[in-house]
Amino acid sequence: MKYAIFIFIYCTLPFFSVADASAETAKDNYKTYCVQCHGLEGKGNGINVPDMSTQPRNHTDAKEMSARTDQELFKVIKEGGQAIKKSVLMPPWGSTLSDGEINDLVKYLHHLCKC
Amino acid sequence: MIFHIANFYSKCLWIVLIIAISFNTPAIAANSGKDILDSKCLSCHTISKKTPSTLKELWERKGPDLSSTGIKYKQEWIKQWLQKPVRIRPAGMFYGNHIKKGKKTDEVDSATLIKHPKLTGEQATLVTKVLMTLKQNQNLVKTGDYKPGSISLTLGEMMFDKFKGCLACHQIEPGYGGLSGPEVYTAAKRLQEDYLISFMRDPQAWEPKSIMPNKHLKETDLQKLVHYLRALSQENF
Repeated sequence: MKYAIFIFIYCTLPFFSVADASAETAKDNYKTYCVQCHGLEGKGNGINVPDMSTQPRNHTDAKEMSARTDQELFKVIKEGGQAIKKSVLMPPWGSTLSDGEINDLVKYLHHLCKC
Repeated sequence: MIFHIANFYSKCLWIVLIIAISFNTPAIAANSGKDILDSKCLSCHTISKKTPSTLKELWERKGPDLSSTGIKYKQEWIKQWLQKPVRIRPAGMFYGNHIKKGKKTDEVDSATLIKHPKLTGEQATLVTKVLMTLKQNQNLVKTGDYKPGSISLTLGEMMFDKFKGCLACHQIEPGYGGLSGPEVYTAAKRLQEDYLISFMRDPQAWEPKSIMPNKHLKETDLQKLVHYLRALSQENF
């Protein structure tokens, strides 16, 4: 029986590692999808900002960022600004990022605001 | 006498042969659109289905994948554009490689952008012909998906900007709109309508790592957005 469990784990291991390999780091996802609006330093001043009617959130602003719960941050990344009654300019990333990657981004936001 | 005539003919034959070879060699090379494609295009573009499956691959890509050209682009537009290329993506293929910190906001680092090579009329015609035979992802496009209709520019812009937020990343006229995505004021000149519907409906089906988000647009909105892009392309910016 012990051997059977061992063989089962051994055989299914590659599937888990494949799933892990497809997940990108929060830093890389942030660089790819968030920086265009939130900026190279996360200050809400990306290249797309000059013609925007609503300014993107400054992720380094500890006061503003602490006003949001992790659930709200998760929801706004996954479903977009309108899901938390914010701007439509923040799109939903739920078809681009996995829930795990979004959770990692929420942690990364805490790292940026140091809060 | 006969010898002289034979000699004369043999000289003539040689001259004809030399002329034929000298004219034919470049003609053979130029005759093949595939050769031009191989020598001028494939250092930046891919023509076999090789969609970036990791972010690293996405960042390294220098030009759009051309494996779906026949179902994506409009033939006449490609032919013209290759002879007179104008930048479509203000911040390059992946904006992250072409930005720098600016005074108020990040800025496009123009010095890092590469100009697209120009082809002659003949080269453009030959390459376009070959490109239009490439039809990967055909299963994603439904012929006749787009139903021609119209929308006013004002209503279209309200939808594109205020209701759907597309302006965040796309310019709707030179110098107005977001910079990370391709400009859309020539989108309907460049792209087939059925492709536009398919891509906006599910960008990740085309490119899993695309920076274009899926906004889960309703079918009627997809149609209206293409009406708008068509109206916009008539503006001659």
